[in-house]
Amino acid sequence: MIASTLMPARLRSSEALIRLAALLLGLALLVVGLLLPLLTMLVKSVQDRNGDFIGLTNFIHYFQVPALVNSIQQSLFVALLSTMLVVSLAFLCAYGITRTCMPGKRVFRVLAILPILAPSLLPAISLVYLFGNQGWFREALMGQSIYGPIGIVMGMSFWIFPHALMILTTALANSDARLYEAAEALGTPKWRSFLTITLPGVRYGLISCTFVVFTLAITDFGVPKIIGGQYSVLATDVYRQVVGQQNFQMGAVVSVILLLPAVLSFIVDRLIQRRQVAQLSARAVPWQPTPAPLRDGLFAIFCYSVAGVILLVIGTAVYASLVQFWPYKLSLTLDHYGFDGLAGGGWSAWFNSLKLAFSVALIGTLVVFFNAWLIEKSDGFAPLRQGLHFMAMLPMAVPGMVLGLAYIFFFNQAGNPFNWLYGTLAILVLNTLIHFYTVCHLTSVTALKQLDPEFEAVGASLKVPFWITFRRITLPVSLPAVLDISVYLFVNAMTTVSAVVFLYNSDTRLASVAVLHLDEAGYFASAAAMAVLIFLTSLVVKLLHAALTHVLLTKAQRWRQAT
Amino acid sequence: MTLQRSLIASVVLSAASMTAAQATELTVYTAVESDDLQKYAERFNQAHPDIEIRWVRDSTGVITARLLAEKDNPQADMIWGLAATSLLVLEEEGMLERYAPAGIEKLDPKFVDVAYTRDGEDPAWVGMDAWVASICYNTIEGEKNGVPKPTSWNDLTQPEYEGHVIMPNPNSSGTGYLDVASWLQLWGEEQGWDYMDRLHDNISRYTHSGSAPCSLAATGETTVGVSFAFRGARLKSQGAPIELVFPEEGLGWDMEAAAIVAGTDKREAAQTLMDWAVSQDANELYNEGYAVVAYPGVAQPIDNYPSNIVERMIDADFQWAALNRKRVLDEWQRRYDSKSEE
Repeated sequence: MIASTLMPARLRSSEALIRLAALLLGLALLVVGLLLPLLTMLVKSVQDRNGDFIGLTNFIHYFQVPALVNSIQQSLFVALLSTMLVVSLAFLCAYGITRTCMPGKRVFRVLAILPILAPSLLPAISLVYLFGNQGWFREALMGQSIYGPIGIVMGMSFWIFPHALMILTTALANSDARLYEAAEALGTPKWRSFLTITLPGVRYGLISCTFVVFTLAITDFGVPKIIGGQYSVLATDVYRQVVGQQNFQMGAVVSVILLLPAVLSFIVDRLIQRRQVAQLSARAVPWQPTPAPLRDGLFAIFCYSVAGVILLVIGTAVYASLVQFWPYKLSLTLDHYGFDGLAGGGWSAWFNSLKLAFSVALIGTLVVFFNAWLIEKSDGFAPLRQGLHFMAMLPMAVPGMVLGLAYIFFFNQAGNPFNWLYGTLAILVLNTLIHFYTVCHLTSVTALKQLDPEFEAVGASLKVPFWITFRRITLPVSLPAVLDISVYLFVNAMTTVSAVVFLYNSDTRLASVAVLHLDEAGYFASAAAMAVLIFLTSLVVKLLHAALTHVLLTKAQRWRQAT
Repeated sequence: MTLQRSLIASVVLSAASMTAAQATELTVYTAVESDDLQKYAERFNQAHPDIEIRWVRDSTGVITARLLAEKDNPQADMIWGLAATSLLVLEEEGMLERYAPAGIEKLDPKFVDVAYTRDGEDPAWVGMDAWVASICYNTIEGEKNGVPKPTSWNDLTQPEYEGHVIMPNPNSSGTGYLDVASWLQLWGEEQGWDYMDRLHDNISRYTHSGSAPCSLAATGETTVGVSFAFRGARLKSQGAPIELVFPEEGLGWDMEAAAIVAGTDKREAAQTLMDWAVSQDANELYNEGYAVVAYPGVAQPIDNYPSNIVERMIDADFQWAALNRKRVLDEWQRRYDSKSEE
């Protein structure tokens, strides 16, 4: 009798201890992987080469070099232009998907996300073939050069577009038909109900989308690196200072400046998210578009033009990788896929990227999802759980270039207990996981919020330790979301270049970095080939994921249809 | 994984680690053109299969900056194929270990550290070959754009070349620096900078590597690329519609050289590689890409190189180029950096 009441209590207290340990471990990961490196970088920006404190001297020096200061203005210019372009295009396309009866929506949605599967270097390479001095459409630029702001804006718009489209499609999908019915009954013209119902309804989504796009644009490195020509931006300045001149202090200064707009837009986004209370009451009736041939036709033409451009850009990269010697010898060959002894590591770099992508997908998914579960579904240690949630939101505000440089500073310190990580694949895994942590965290939280809290309560009352509930119930039930996260991590690990460009070494060269080096060394066709290889790898994984999710949803997740 | 499979895996792993234990891994920093790196390692391994080379490769300026940044905690065991001007800078910093490789007396004395030839000390570095400035000119684009084939450096400052010339950034590219250093030596500081000011007005962009301008000329992205003979000759034999121009004022050049990094704990392996790097075999290897090599009598003529290239090379003062490297590069950056790629 005594023993049987004691056992569960002891179990419960040891469970609490394990929970605490797990929470602390989760926090430690983000402290070591994010906070300490960033702090080290901030410190470096106010030190000289010998590590002595010199206050703001580095910053003063920065603002005295016109070429460097110029980059701030240029970064803002291309980022704002890209943001305007991408948000308008994405809004129209999202409107077509959600609010019209245009044909072929599903095909369009598939085509529209293709850019995400390619490294941002790919559109930049294609643009040279399309609009370069030998490009097919160079006359369209009316004598302007593609190497510079025009090329940067076009290239960035290409790969950022799917991100914006996804946010806006979600925002526009939520609608209350009753409002539109009321407007119609009152004889409100269509344009007026668009201004007074549709736009206000998606304003939070629109603002959030604008900031996400702006952050992606101002921090992108791949596009301006390849096609920026003489036009330097903050992200390429960080690279030039660090890799080209090994001036780490100045690299830190530019990083701090690059961090500012990203952090600012992050804060604004968070504030807006907080104000966004449920716009849709439980009684809302989802609005269903009715066919309107003219409108549907126009949107179909528009959306398929956008999809056509996407296919053209990807197709151009594929073509570029196959042509013998562009533009003078147009016979096709697979030679450029040999990468024989070229810069960047060739096929071994591709294998390394695969290793990295699989490791990040596997480890990252488990870690992120488990941490999110600890935050959402366990009780006690509220401050710790809130702290972990806050930390999980931070990586979104940190540009890749900044995170990569911060890792050099932190992990390459003599005396750092984690110094052994430096130069290994493990540091690339850690860096990539942290870099893309936030989106995975948010996906996990959303999936977990949809689950009934009763699962945990029942588990606890049946005296089942929480990790068994997690393994047997929560994880399997959330499998679609978990798969989403792992594919997201996989694809990003394959395509990212900004953070890892500072962290690879000769044994851990990556495919995305190889694209960069091949282009730098003048092997343009091989650079295109490597970019296409990355794209195809992501595509195959994405297709497998789609098939697997389909099977899961039809076979193992029938219960979902009941709700 | 079944027990059997994991057993097999562990046997395979330990076998792999045993062969790895036998081979010494040597970290070698280099700026050698990357399409040749594999060949260099393979040839060396034919003679010495027990030493495995881990290459760290980038453009000259990047590798030099990296070596300097790592001065207190060097990561490289050896340097094989970096500009002599850079090695002189590193020597000044006390980062190179003096060593006289076996057979060094057979080399052309011009290719060996003067400390050896003049003072009889062990040399800090040993030259391999000379790489020579040249201009890649795209004949098809030249005709189309009305840009005549240049014959001199001075031609490039003529108005018809505006926007049609690309050259490497000397801060990252060794070829870029040898151009700048040779102009300053040919014409003196004042006239040299004046020339670059005028040239800058015609340049459409500065690239990261010394190869890129010629590759861009080969694909018609530019008409004129200031580059070096090796890349031009290779692209031409691959079918690019380019002609190599060797400007009449004289050709700037630099030496690719090898050295042991002071403080390496793999001295024996590094010395083995140094011995091989000055051998006749190695020089025959260098000669596959470069017309002028350190070992006398080895050099065979190479396609697309002029036969009198040695006479056309300027009397380059590497000591000057090394001593003034930082000052010249800072000045260059101050004047022209806004048009640079990275």
